[in-house]
Amino acid sequence: MNSILSRFSSTNALPANFDNEGGRQDFQDSINGAPAQFDLPGTEPARFLSQYTDVDSSNPAARIKLQHGTTTLAFRYKGGIIVCVDSRATAGSYIASGTVKKVIEINPYLLGTMAGGAADCQYWECRLHELRNKERISVAAASKYLSNIVYSYKGMGLSMGTMICGWDKTGPALFYVDSDGTRLKGDVFSVGSGSTFAYGVLDQGYHWDLTDAEAQELGRRSIYAATHRDAYSGNTINLYHVKEEGWEFIANYDAMNLHYDGPGDNVPGAPGGGYGWDVRTQGLSSKLEATEGQQTSGQGGRFADEQPLTASVQPPQA
Amino acid sequence: MSDITTLNGGSCIAFKGKNCVAIACDLRLGNQALTVACNRDKVFKITDKTYLGMTGLASDVDTLRSAFRYRLNMYRMKEEREIEPETFAHLVSSTLYEKRFGPYFIEPIIAGLNSNNEPFIAAADLIGCLNFAKDFVVTGTASDKLFGMAEGLWEPDLGPEELFESISQALLGALERDALSGWGAIVRVITPDKVIERTLQSRQD
Repeated sequence: MNSILSRFSSTNALPANFDNEGGRQDFQDSINGAPAQFDLPGTEPARFLSQYTDVDSSNPAARIKLQHGTTTLAFRYKGGIIVCVDSRATAGSYIASGTVKKVIEINPYLLGTMAGGAADCQYWECRLHELRNKERISVAAASKYLSNIVYSYKGMGLSMGTMICGWDKTGPALFYVDSDGTRLKGDVFSVGSGSTFAYGVLDQGYHWDLTDAEAQELGRRSIYAATHRDAYSGNTINLYHVKEEGWEFIANYDAMNLHYDGPGDNVPGAPGGGYGWDVRTQGLSSKLEATEGQQTSGQGGRFADEQPLTASVQPPQA
Repeated sequence: MSDITTLNGGSCIAFKGKNCVAIACDLRLGNQALTVACNRDKVFKITDKTYLGMTGLASDVDTLRSAFRYRLNMYRMKEEREIEPETFAHLVSSTLYEKRFGPYFIEPIIAGLNSNNEPFIAAADLIGCLNFAKDFVVTGTASDKLFGMAEGLWEPDLGPEELFESISQALLGALERDALSGWGAIVRVITPDKVIERTLQSRQD
């Protein structure tokens, strides 16, 4: 570990070589040169950082808590890519903000999502904006630049989990990139503390031939599920659609409105009404009644039809 | 992170008014980041005019609830009268201090009207140190946010309806800034002749 770190501790450390997947050498240089701009702590950066931050949630005494709670998702389908994210930023259990933009608009054809360190995502994905050539950069190449950059900082405490989404000459393309150096191509991704909840809804409703309206509804509904069950996700939901002509911002929804009223009147693809469990099932429960001659036990010897209906008296579940 | 007092989440608040008191809580039961249930009432009826709110480790809340039920029934049988809120606060305190070196991980608040219909509120820490406040008491994972809201919204001599409004706004405001509390809320206003109980419509995220 120390030997790896020592490679990056000096100010003239260079990131790993980039391959030539769609880019020109002189533009790589501006990126290759970037590490030298940063002042590094005199000793090992990772150990220095871990004293003050909580990058891997192993240091509860840390004074700087990074943004961990998030739900982001993106999926590829016939009509392009749906990108949907929440907007909550937490510091410990404190909700520091409910209006964070977790979709980074890199250029009119490329979107990046933000999970983990907000500054890390914002800074490095905006660097991708500078990538320019005779023709538009492919999503594969852009994501590879990003993964190579963050890999060159491996062990130094960068924290990001991102999805690079765009439309290039291969069609809709989606890549997952994180600060460990992982880069994956795929059709369905969700990242963040609420990703398990989002995957649950997403996997249930996903197929390639979704209509645009169905796909947008699926993205919205999946993030809603995560905001409901995950304490560290919530507030508002941002929905984007990547099409052949470039990305389009669809809408911003308040998670509370989605729960009680749904996305609004006449939204194509939405079933109408609120997404909430108690909202959807209101009035659908049957009354608890004893069958003829039945004397129920376990409730102080009272008959079943005399028992209070706990389901309607108590506040609703879920 | 793996703190037993914030494992389940949840918050409580009580306001003193004019000839009335209000006690309110959220409804979340969680397991760290995961919200398990949204119907976890944290306020319990002790007598017709005394209520107890408990936040912290949910299993200890259940344990103490039955412990208090037992002690209250013993008190009723021996004394042949209902317990006063002041007396109950001391019963809570001594029950908690019995476990001084291995405490229950809960922090209780008590709100009620005594036999002269004078309002009473109190709070205790996890080993029973009582705090007889004259304005408001708070407890739970949102306690720091509740302090801020209560400092801003509480006023002396509020009537039942005004008290309901101000405690509700204080609670809902604090819940918006706490990730581990929320998912619904219940407010109870105790007046000499009735207890007004209302479920608030609140954010579900």
